[in-house]
Amino acid sequence: MKKIKVTMYFPANIITKPVTYHLVKDYNLMVNILNADVSLNKVGKLVADIEGKEEDIDAGLAFVKQAGADYEIFSKAIIWDEESCVHCGACTAVCPSGALQMDKNDWRLTFDREKCLMCELCVKACPLRVMRIKNGELD
Amino acid sequence: MSYKSFDEINEKIKSGKAVVVTAEEIVDIVKEKGVKQTAREVDVVTTATFGPMCSSGMFINFGHSDPPIKMSKVWLNDVPAYTGVAAVDAYIGATELSESRGMEYGGGHVIEDFIAGKNISLYAESCGTHCYPRKEISTYINKYNVNQAFLFNPRTAYQNYAAATNSSGRIMYTYMGTLLPHCSNVTYSTSGQLSPLLNDPYYRTIGIGTRVFIGGALGYVAWEGTQHNPLQKRGDNGVPIGPAATLALIGDAKQMDARFIRAAIYQHYGVSLFVGVGIPIPILDEDMVEKTAVTNKDIFTNVLDYSVTSGSRPVLRRVSYEELMSGSIELNGKKVPTAPLSSLRKAREIAALLKEMIKRGEFFLTKPVASLPESNVINKLEIREIGNEKD
Repeated sequence: MKKIKVTMYFPANIITKPVTYHLVKDYNLMVNILNADVSLNKVGKLVADIEGKEEDIDAGLAFVKQAGADYEIFSKAIIWDEESCVHCGACTAVCPSGALQMDKNDWRLTFDREKCLMCELCVKACPLRVMRIKNGELD
Repeated sequence: MSYKSFDEINEKIKSGKAVVVTAEEIVDIVKEKGVKQTAREVDVVTTATFGPMCSSGMFINFGHSDPPIKMSKVWLNDVPAYTGVAAVDAYIGATELSESRGMEYGGGHVIEDFIAGKNISLYAESCGTHCYPRKEISTYINKYNVNQAFLFNPRTAYQNYAAATNSSGRIMYTYMGTLLPHCSNVTYSTSGQLSPLLNDPYYRTIGIGTRVFIGGALGYVAWEGTQHNPLQKRGDNGVPIGPAATLALIGDAKQMDARFIRAAIYQHYGVSLFVGVGIPIPILDEDMVEKTAVTNKDIFTNVLDYSVTSGSRPVLRRVSYEELMSGSIELNGKKVPTAPLSSLRKAREIAALLKEMIKRGEFFLTKPVASLPESNVINKLEIREIGNEKD
């Protein structure tokens, strides 16, 4: 099972289509609507958590596009404000995946986003408060 | 044995001929040229550290308002400062917490913001006196409109410090960072072979009156630091194994640079202050070459169990900084990851900057006017019953 957060955009001409219904019925997805802004003659916007099998999510999102709507996947991310960082290394004490490490040559902090598990331990362990959680649209 | 005096070295700095290297660079120079030749060729070795130093604070004189006030309580950005001195003198301590924001903002932040040139809100109260009738004041101050502002740190630049781990089953939030349960990490705080007092282990050249780089400005060693412990156990090379000497430093906060003074928050512990310190060591003779050529593999500390909070913390093992800095150490037969708390990157930046300042003739060395104490007793605070004032 996988869970994603998406914003779906509905052009005015398709807001009469029951897109969410089909996501639930045909693709076996759990859709939890977090925010909706839909009205006639306007682009509708719907923010939702979608949970299901990975292949079902992929197929469901393909259906959204096919129906004439669009979407953006939301993802939380750790944002490292490198400019303000002093490279002390306190965050590396708690990082369970090795995403945050000290470069042993120049003793600069390195952050490998691919390895980040989003555990958020570094956010509170950072004495400078330069690690932040960002809720945003990521590709 | 070749010998150079402070005066001779300063003459060389003046004429732009001084040979200045960092405490990391001298290691390879000695390997290549030997101790004797290095003593002849090198004049100054720069050392530095950039770590959290809780025992930091700043004196400020705000100037007098009209009508004047004899402040009895004062807050800077809602952080209490101490004003039990003259009317408009105050001391803001780094670890003092904001009364509205708690651990998210403290004295360390006030100091950093002040040095960065920001406006700081000042609120003060008084009972009012005949000569100081005002009872309350609310205004803003900054580094351009106060009279004096100087950092005065009772304890800075610890000569070595213990490494920390936690053998208990619960996570611990400490001034040594977040310590994971069951000794799953080890933290340490040093710039190792670049650290000032590890390069002058017997305080031959660093003493009271020594001019230093502190927070981007000029400063001086004012006194021995609090908890100064020169009798700490030493290795064969004379380097203490564990916390030993400390320095009380003073420096002009108005001239400081927020790149070298940064507030720090340690979760569930509180606020501290990263202080950048650089100290030049004159190569007076071969002995100082040998001392400054010390490397991380010859500097040792103890790994202490911070889960023991009563009595002295047990030593789990002795370890070199070379091993700590490798990223992991062996502990109870397990490979345990290590993490630094002090920025070696910033320390290197300061050592390099100080080297350039000396080469450009902007920083001269001072001979100590008095030595740091060579012996001292570290007292414990005994708890006596009320009414028992004698023993």
